[in-house]
Amino acid sequence: MSLEFLVASAIAVLVAGGIYLALRGRTFQVVLGLTLLSYAVNLFLFAVGRLVVDRPPLYAKGVTEHADSLPQALVLTAIVITFGMTALVVILSLRSFLESGSDQVDGVADRPADEMRP
Amino acid sequence: MNLLDHLVIAPVVIPAIVAPLTLLAMRRRRRIGVALSLAGCTAMLVAALALFGIVQDDSIRAYPLGDWPAPFGIVLVLDRLAATMLVLAATLALIVMIHAIVTAVDRKGWHFHPMFHFQLLGLNGAFLTGDLFNLFVFFEVLLIASYGLMLHGQGAARLKAGVAYVVVNIVGSALFLIALGLLYGLTGTLNMADLARSVAALGSEDQGLLRMAGLLLVAVFALKAAIAPLHLWLPRTYAATSPVVAALFAIMTKVGVYAMIRVVPLIFGDDAGAAAWVPAPWLLPAAVLTAIVGFAGVLAARAMREQAAFAILGSTGTLLLALSCWTQATTAAAVYYLVHAVLAGAALFLVADVTLRRRGQYGDATVASPRFAGQQAAGLLFLAATIAAVGLPPLSGFVAKLFILQTTFGTAPWRLIWATVLGTTLVGVIGFARSGSAIFWKAAPDGDPIACPPRARAEFVAPAMLVALLALLTIGAGWATAQSLAIAAQVFAPERYIAAVLAGDRE
Repeated sequence: MSLEFLVASAIAVLVAGGIYLALRGRTFQVVLGLTLLSYAVNLFLFAVGRLVVDRPPLYAKGVTEHADSLPQALVLTAIVITFGMTALVVILSLRSFLESGSDQVDGVADRPADEMRP
Repeated sequence: MNLLDHLVIAPVVIPAIVAPLTLLAMRRRRRIGVALSLAGCTAMLVAALALFGIVQDDSIRAYPLGDWPAPFGIVLVLDRLAATMLVLAATLALIVMIHAIVTAVDRKGWHFHPMFHFQLLGLNGAFLTGDLFNLFVFFEVLLIASYGLMLHGQGAARLKAGVAYVVVNIVGSALFLIALGLLYGLTGTLNMADLARSVAALGSEDQGLLRMAGLLLVAVFALKAAIAPLHLWLPRTYAATSPVVAALFAIMTKVGVYAMIRVVPLIFGDDAGAAAWVPAPWLLPAAVLTAIVGFAGVLAARAMREQAAFAILGSTGTLLLALSCWTQATTAAAVYYLVHAVLAGAALFLVADVTLRRRGQYGDATVASPRFAGQQAAGLLFLAATIAAVGLPPLSGFVAKLFILQTTFGTAPWRLIWATVLGTTLVGVIGFARSGSAIFWKAAPDGDPIACPPRARAEFVAPAMLVALLALLTIGAGWATAQSLAIAAQVFAPERYIAAVLAGDRE
């Protein structure tokens, strides 16, 4: 199996799982879905610079062939942003759960929060 | 480079400096923080007006950050469209800030002022950037600030709407990155001018991917602009947040439209092969749907804030009706309508805010209540704002809609566009008349007048300023039309933009 096929299928599986989870009704699953989706996006961005093996991104002694370094910079930015966003969603959904007693994304309270606690 | 050239970066730098300063000042002395914040807004308006003056000679200025030449370094690009949006954002920001201070909304939490300025930083950056990845970054900046502002003041309803809003936008950001990745993989660049050049030179085997990247990019902008069927997050979010913040958000949805006006003629213009005008067939039905959903919502809404949120949706739809033809004249009409729609949408939210502050337990619900203090003034402002929003004469909404009707006449789908514009206007008139008569005309049979809140008079200043601006936009319609025609002429001459940005390339 080629490297390209492996990476592509990994991205596909991550996206499929991410979309499925992001469409669920409860915030915890949605957060997990968003995380998977962001992993997929990061992998994808990394791969758009073409997949190459054993090439330095910027400089190494005696090497003339380089990997594309820009996608790595993009991935870095994207990781930082999605990481912060995910942290925000976690806090937000936690707060929303505590305040409204339901972890439904749509905000329909199914049971009071007290009953859910053992 | 002289000092005037460096002014291009001022709209990004000013809020970036003011935001942390207000953060520091608010802890100790509120007054200093508020003064700083107001001064920041004013300075931004002055800078934006100066930039607007600079582009009057029809030049396009590229500002390479760190003096790196364009395709490798990051550029800010100032043209007529960007300068106009900057002036619009700065004007709206100043008025909204005045209203927030007068109504003490900024005291409901700690960080209103810093977040407000970070939001402006994101907005201004998005208007100025000449690089798609930085467009993404500035989108994120303005979104992160908007999450904070949206939740400002808290409450369960706001948190619930907040979770949905944040989730939708994170998914949107993921799609944005995928579109960027596709474009980068195809062309090896993310500079808009360089992209325009490379896309035109792309081989036939890549056309399918290019089309997909273009459609995905426009879909993301459509999500940010809340175009049907991607609009579902907007009415909930805007109706749940405080009206002051929603008034500022009136320009945020239009950033998506701005990005379309910027990107589509430039990158996906006539030269783009299979991807030429790639969103065009999708935008018209989406625009019709958005306009209908928006104005039907105006008719169905049960509270003023909800109604204002749907009016913003409807205005985006009307705007897109003009834009979706992608001719120079219709784009000019769209730009004029955009400026008008932002001011009118914000005015609706501020009037709703003033009204709901005075009606006590009745809030902004469209039901009859006992008489309340300032009913006449609020009613008059509501009348003016709705006349503008819905597009009745004499205010600028009428001029803008007439402009749209005139320029779309003779294009292929003009019957559909005319029917939608005129039909939705009628529905909007009925909707606003219904809520206006319920709130300002009818009086509940029982009940004493609602007592007047303190510091009440000053609350009318900001909405009155917006209405005055709308009136100015009407009186100066000739000048404004000439401006929007000039903007459209620049937008539809992408080769000038490319030449201006990549000039350093050849040196």
